[in-house]
Amino acid sequence: MEGLWDFLRSLHDAYGINLVHFYDTFERGRMLRGMWTSIKLAAVCIVLSVLIGILGAWLQGSRFKVLKAVVQGYIQFFRNTPPLVQMYFFYFALGPQMPRVVNEYGISQPMLGSFEWAVISLSFFAGAFNIEIFRSGVEAVQRSTVEAAESLGFNRWQIYRYVVLPLAVRVCLPALNNNLVNLIKTTTQAYAIAVPETLFVASQIWSDRINVFEMMVTLLTFYLLLVGIFVWLMTRLERSLRVPGFGQ
Amino acid sequence: MRRLMGVLAIGVVAALMGSTAAKADQLAEIKKKGTLIVGVKTDYPPWGMRDASGNIVGMEPDMAADVAKRLGVKLELVSVVSSNRMQFLQQGKIDLMIATMSDTPERRKVVGIVDPVYYASGVAILANKKANIKGAGDLKGKPVCALQGAFYNNELQSKYTGTDLVAFKGIPEAEQALLDGRCVGFVYDDVVLVWKKAQDKKWEAFDVVALPEWKPVPWGLAVKTEELSGPWGKFMAEATKDWLKSGTLLALEKKWVGSNTQWLIDASAAAKK
Repeated sequence: MEGLWDFLRSLHDAYGINLVHFYDTFERGRMLRGMWTSIKLAAVCIVLSVLIGILGAWLQGSRFKVLKAVVQGYIQFFRNTPPLVQMYFFYFALGPQMPRVVNEYGISQPMLGSFEWAVISLSFFAGAFNIEIFRSGVEAVQRSTVEAAESLGFNRWQIYRYVVLPLAVRVCLPALNNNLVNLIKTTTQAYAIAVPETLFVASQIWSDRINVFEMMVTLLTFYLLLVGIFVWLMTRLERSLRVPGFGQ
Repeated sequence: MRRLMGVLAIGVVAALMGSTAAKADQLAEIKKKGTLIVGVKTDYPPWGMRDASGNIVGMEPDMAADVAKRLGVKLELVSVVSSNRMQFLQQGKIDLMIATMSDTPERRKVVGIVDPVYYASGVAILANKKANIKGAGDLKGKPVCALQGAFYNNELQSKYTGTDLVAFKGIPEAEQALLDGRCVGFVYDDVVLVWKKAQDKKWEAFDVVALPEWKPVPWGLAVKTEELSGPWGKFMAEATKDWLKSGTLLALEKKWVGSNTQWLIDASAAAKK
């Protein structure tokens, strides 16, 4: 490993290509921590937003008007406001109103930190879109299939869980992929509320080391890889879930 | 070798003559036209700002007024910003620039920064009293608010906090995070923090703790490069020396900022000797 770092260091001396975020131990440490934070943030938000989507789509089919209205209100609120504004709102407006806890330094601080708020705002944001995506899948399931399940004595949740959802997922996977890819990219906005993710760390490094060009290339490559791996996984999932003849 | 020396000597003499010939006596010119034009800031309270009726006021405008008084001429203030202040001076739009400018070797190549410098800002932390912070050594492992892109961020994290800084794009966000208890303190220019604390009651539970780990960056007032060694540059150097010696700057700082910074106390004491 040392040999590689020395090689990168020599690139700087010889050609002015400053890859300090790889060969300097401190910069590498925070760069890797930043990338790990991005991955964690993306993973947690993907799981939560899909759960919100599944639950929301089910509630939309509810017989209770109030419940339907609540879901509709939620979708409108989160779909019609920019994610960056939501994040600021949660962190600076809602955050300080939350119950406070006294931290180890004797200062009373709001219960939720910047990472938690980023998770909440991003999950709800992507979740709102996911509900609509799942709804499109649910509505594509033929009425006769649902009726067949009803005649077998399934209750509403059982029908959703065992019949409608498995078929709906297959229909809406491509659209879901799109939205989740978008979600991964939107995690960079957590930068605004000081979540030390990749973009945040990169901007610290490029302002300290003035290696803007190299950092931009690194950032782009990182997200290209991260999203690439995710899309590859989702394509495999899509293929493994394929039901021959379904949807043709 | 001899011939080479001879050529060099002629060159030096020619250069000297050239420079004296090109040097107009700006000091005499200012006296002749009866107005001194000074470029100051209006976006950096309390060093330079506009009052309720739109007049430019602040510590640096007061210094400019003192220069005009010494010359016995009228004063005209021109609002400059960081990105145009040196150009204004070069183009002759202003005679003198007192605009919170940090003194750097690069800038000394472009404008004539007058020695001695009149002010300096260091780095300090506006710390929550409960966190009991006495210096940079107490920051280990603690969340510290900062501004993205500040020159001390790297060292602050690698040497002192050891954890990622809570860094924001603008001052208001960092202040809000500090007030909300999301960090133990906000690291920024000491003079601004001192002023903020004196200005606003909301900082009562906070202390400004100096971080002498970072040397103060001097602020220089400037004249045109070619005037620096001429009568105008010498006049301003004498005026600055006198401001330090007589305690004028200390009094102005007290008036505008609210209290005195250690750098100015030390510089004034040194000037008296």
